[in-house]
Amino acid sequence: MVKINGTEADVAGITVHDYLVSANYNLQRVAVEINGDIVPKSDYSARAFGDGDSVEIVGFVGGG
Amino acid sequence: MRADQIERYARNIALAELGESGQEKLLSARVLVIGAGALGGASLAYLSAAGAGVIGVADFDKVELSNLQRQIIHGVDVLGEYKTVSAASFIRRLNPGVEVHIHTEKVTADNILPLIADYDFVLDCTDRFGVKLLINDACVIAGKPFSHAGVLRFGGQAMTYVPGRGACLRCLLGGVPADGDGKTAVSAGVLGAVAGMLGTVQATEAVKYITGAGKLLTGRILSINALDWKVCVTDIPSPDPDCAVCGAHPTITSLKENEGEYFPR
Ligand SMILES: [Zn+2]
Repeated sequence: MVKINGTEADVAGITVHDYLVSANYNLQRVAVEINGDIVPKSDYSARAFGDGDSVEIVGFVGGG
Repeated sequence: MRADQIERYARNIALAELGESGQEKLLSARVLVIGAGALGGASLAYLSAAGAGVIGVADFDKVELSNLQRQIIHGVDVLGEYKTVSAASFIRRLNPGVEVHIHTEKVTADNILPLIADYDFVLDCTDRFGVKLLINDACVIAGKPFSHAGVLRFGGQAMTYVPGRGACLRCLLGGVPADGDGKTAVSAGVLGAVAGMLGTVQATEAVKYITGAGKLLTGRILSINALDWKVCVTDIPSPDPDCAVCGAHPTITSLKENEGEYFPR
């Protein structure tokens, strides 16, 4: 299991990219942190969630 | 402090974390607000009420009727006037003790470094990711603390950058979204009261930074979704070591050379 924003999800093995797309996040306006480390955008397609990972996903908006 | 200042700022001074010394720090502080719209209006109102000594206002837009639903410092009497001029008259009416400096020009890769150099703290109250990243990069390069915020529809986010105390905006976003700003307030809408919340978060961060009170939003992001009240603070324990501007080996060292990213054609 993977903890995403505090909620357990059965997404171990799924890449950051595929998860974000499935959860309707805009890949350009999001920051992803796995176990406290920021995942660079260039790693989204290669990096998969591991069992026990703690993930934080934060969305950004640009209005002012 | 003069007697009238002690009276005016009595509720600030009563705060144990501020006191008279905190108020003195505010009175001698220089704060720059970039963007005098919804975020900027709310933060300018509270910063001037709190007694920030010098407030800079940078914007090049004029006040339009469709701004007034959320940009609370402007009124119908200033339609067509520059937002900087309108902001200055609002501030003078609220607190003539504040010295207002207006910068009625577009913030660019060429002028941002000399602009921010005159101030202790910067508030990014702009409405485009390109300019937000320009302000971020300029503040990282200049070692200048700043408050970031963005707002759309019923929500937004805020974080504070202080050199050496956590991630910058580029650590988190990587860069300006490739598809530009996507949905903006024009098409997606924004509730004025929610923009006000984020703007007052920025003013709060400025006051905290200046007075040393409390814990800033450094190394963490405040996210607010007011539609169903999901409010959270996400810790960002460390910056991205490979960040293009604040990392160990930055590739963005000249704002001018990176201008195409800030202002895509
Ligand atoms: Zn950074």
